[in-house]
Amino acid sequence: MQVHKYDVVIVGAGGAGMRAAIESGQRARTAVLTKLYPTRSHTGAAQGGMCAALANVEEDNWEWHTFDTVKGGDYLVDQDAAEIMAKEAINAVLDLEKMGLPFNRTPEGRIDQRRFGGHTRDHGKAPVRRACYAADRTGHMILQTLYQNCVKHNVEFYNEYYVLDMLMVDEEVTVDGVTRIQKRVAGVVSYDLASGELHVFQAKSIIFATGGAGKVFKTTSNAHTLTGDGMGIAFRRGIPLEDMEFFQFHPTGLAGLGILLSEAARGEGAILRNSEGERFMERYAPTIKDLAPRDIVARSMANEVREGRGCGPNKDYVLLDLTHLEPAHIDAKLPDITEFARTYLGVEPYTEPVPVFPTAHYAMGGIPTNVKAEVLQDSDNVIPGLYAAGEVACVSVHGSNRLGTNSLLDINVFGKRAGIAAAEYSLTADFVDLPADPEAYTVELLNHVRTSDGGEKVALIRKELQDTMDANMQVFRTAESLNKVLSDIASFEERYQRITVQDKGKRFNLDLLEAVELGFLLELAKVMTVAALHREESRGGHFREDFPERDDENFMKHSMAYKVAEGANAEHTAGIRLGTKPVVFTRYEPMVRKY
Amino acid sequence: MSPIETAETAPEPASKIELPAHIGGGGEIPTFDITLRVRRYNPEVSEDFVWEDYELTMYGTDRVLDALHKIKWEHDGSLSFRRSCAHGVCGSDAMRINGRNRLACKTLLKDLDTKKPITVEAIKGLPVEKDLIVDMEPFFQSYREIMPFLINKGHEPTKERLQSAEERARFDDTTKCILCAACTSSCPVFWTDGQYFGPAAIVNAHRFIFDSRDDAGDMRLEILNDKEGVWRCRTTFNCTEACPRGIQVTQAISEVKQAILSRQV
Repeated sequence: MQVHKYDVVIVGAGGAGMRAAIESGQRARTAVLTKLYPTRSHTGAAQGGMCAALANVEEDNWEWHTFDTVKGGDYLVDQDAAEIMAKEAINAVLDLEKMGLPFNRTPEGRIDQRRFGGHTRDHGKAPVRRACYAADRTGHMILQTLYQNCVKHNVEFYNEYYVLDMLMVDEEVTVDGVTRIQKRVAGVVSYDLASGELHVFQAKSIIFATGGAGKVFKTTSNAHTLTGDGMGIAFRRGIPLEDMEFFQFHPTGLAGLGILLSEAARGEGAILRNSEGERFMERYAPTIKDLAPRDIVARSMANEVREGRGCGPNKDYVLLDLTHLEPAHIDAKLPDITEFARTYLGVEPYTEPVPVFPTAHYAMGGIPTNVKAEVLQDSDNVIPGLYAAGEVACVSVHGSNRLGTNSLLDINVFGKRAGIAAAEYSLTADFVDLPADPEAYTVELLNHVRTSDGGEKVALIRKELQDTMDANMQVFRTAESLNKVLSDIASFEERYQRITVQDKGKRFNLDLLEAVELGFLLELAKVMTVAALHREESRGGHFREDFPERDDENFMKHSMAYKVAEGANAEHTAGIRLGTKPVVFTRYEPMVRKY
Repeated sequence: MSPIETAETAPEPASKIELPAHIGGGGEIPTFDITLRVRRYNPEVSEDFVWEDYELTMYGTDRVLDALHKIKWEHDGSLSFRRSCAHGVCGSDAMRINGRNRLACKTLLKDLDTKKPITVEAIKGLPVEKDLIVDMEPFFQSYREIMPFLINKGHEPTKERLQSAEERARFDDTTKCILCAACTSSCPVFWTDGQYFGPAAIVNAHRFIFDSRDDAGDMRLEILNDKEGVWRCRTTFNCTEACPRGIQVTQAISEVKQAILSRQV
């Protein structure tokens, strides 16, 4: 085992991690640990754009953007955070342009902007052009630009170092006569995939920027590597996870495959049709139709299929129709996604509508943070020196449903904030002493996975988990379906104890890696489901058929899921205790959410 | 640029249309049997490379990556390869498939000759670490050497720098690069001379040299005028054929050559 010492360690090299690294690296000695080469991160798969009220092509302002974000999130958004994000969006876009990002341009040479779901003029009056974009590969250009700037600033990367544990110490502190436990963070433990060796990184500040957990579902736009590692590590170390019941299903995944077709397609004029050729969104969202927020469109699509108006041999998808758009327009604005339709489904979008169905896309919930990106250990107290940003975090700017483009914005705004805050903290703080045997937990974890020989296959358990999540935890949920997931997970966990990993080597043992990842997936699927079971209302991305209305009286609050220590005497469901955290209101009172 | 219809100018689409008859129909997706012949290597076990055959039943929309996963998940967990996004944008899974560099996640099995064994091996010219995994460090080292970041010596404006749509279009093609190394590792010059910058590094230099906002074109041209620079290119077009993003790699390289000769960007 080797021990490394840095002021700041950043875990994850997607958009949030690298945006943080650019700031932190110029202020303090910084290392970035990433399980993938940085340019492989899934930020690169984002397509449509990044919203900011630049008002380059029509009247707009950040207050409208804030409102749209709050309403889009069905009022579970912390309004102070949304306001910060919408305000800082403008500089976030300009920062990227100055770093070299090749945005599409207006005839005047300014950054061009286009429409996106849920982004409106003057509090919902009509769609507004707010999304800054680079064709339909905006995420690719953001990831490349951030990596380029990391190269420019000589950021130190540890590529293919998979972080498996966070080293925490509990301290008793007394403030105003009240004694409580204060968590402190000392470092992380990582596994070098190339050699199979463990490396401990001691740091004054640690930023988690590990992305999402879409692989708990079968049909997903997420990469194979998005297994919720950061959330899982934090949860195991006693940090709560906030609002995990809210998972976004993006309306337009390629049917059967889940590969994302950007909402920008609808922003550019594409429409959804059912088997009768009907533009059904006119019925569900009369004002902004196909550009309603994702939760509403996804639910409408699923409802069309349920009511027998699906297309195809099994009537299990609907159609995205671009055939009325000029091919030249499609080529200029949507080249990649139309290529996906051709490559993977053999459909020509110029002349044929494309089969689509909702695909698991984004975790609104995650590690709770405040607007400074500091991680909370409960509803009130931060853990000094620990930060999170991007999809792994829950600030909460997305509430119960994220608006399209706000994730690319989130990673830039809060990635930057995390990088600055972490570096500044590290310049004033001391190292926390590493615990004795810092790698003990990880050694035990890996030994168990490597030596267990019950014959259960990781891939099979994972597939069954994903199947039950798709069947029972997707767009429509009931207490019955959720309890089914929990009983399934209980049996998966039992089988997980008896897995056999075939690869016993040290070098690039990705078999072992997948087994560890499955452990995180099981843990997170359970947290999501327990939180969904407790939220007996419907809000944003969480729809309970047995509780179809929003219930502000009882549920206008964030959920906080805590892992209950074994043998602890606390009320829990499947080992998870649910607390709450108040929603921050500033200017917007909750209203009925209609579009 | 000719005016094109946008969402603003295009006529509002019909609320209801007649769908083509075949949309409602379609049959079962066919299955077929394949042999995947994979070049295995694990120095923990042996220094030898070994071809191994796997007989698999696959579906109509499956890609080579699905076949590799089927082996790993159902037959032999030790088979090692990189992958992430699985739809051709992250650049993890460039490999040599039937002797040609491609992304495994973008190559549909039905588009290959499934009557014969499909061969899969690591990309060439970079040290193999295990099975289909190569050491990417030399590749990224070349990339870093061409200074792949915007260098602008002027005053920083308060808002964005202006750039016309035409100026933006000038380097659009080379912004698509995902650094998968399919081009560089298909280049015969790179195979024999690992010092050669290789097509990917030149593509990324091109992306900045022809960006109207960048002021360091001369420095990059000087770097690529080196004996291991663009002049090593023998215009075999392997790189252009290999690029999964459809970048006109050879053309980009020749534009850089032209720029060096004329020193006018």
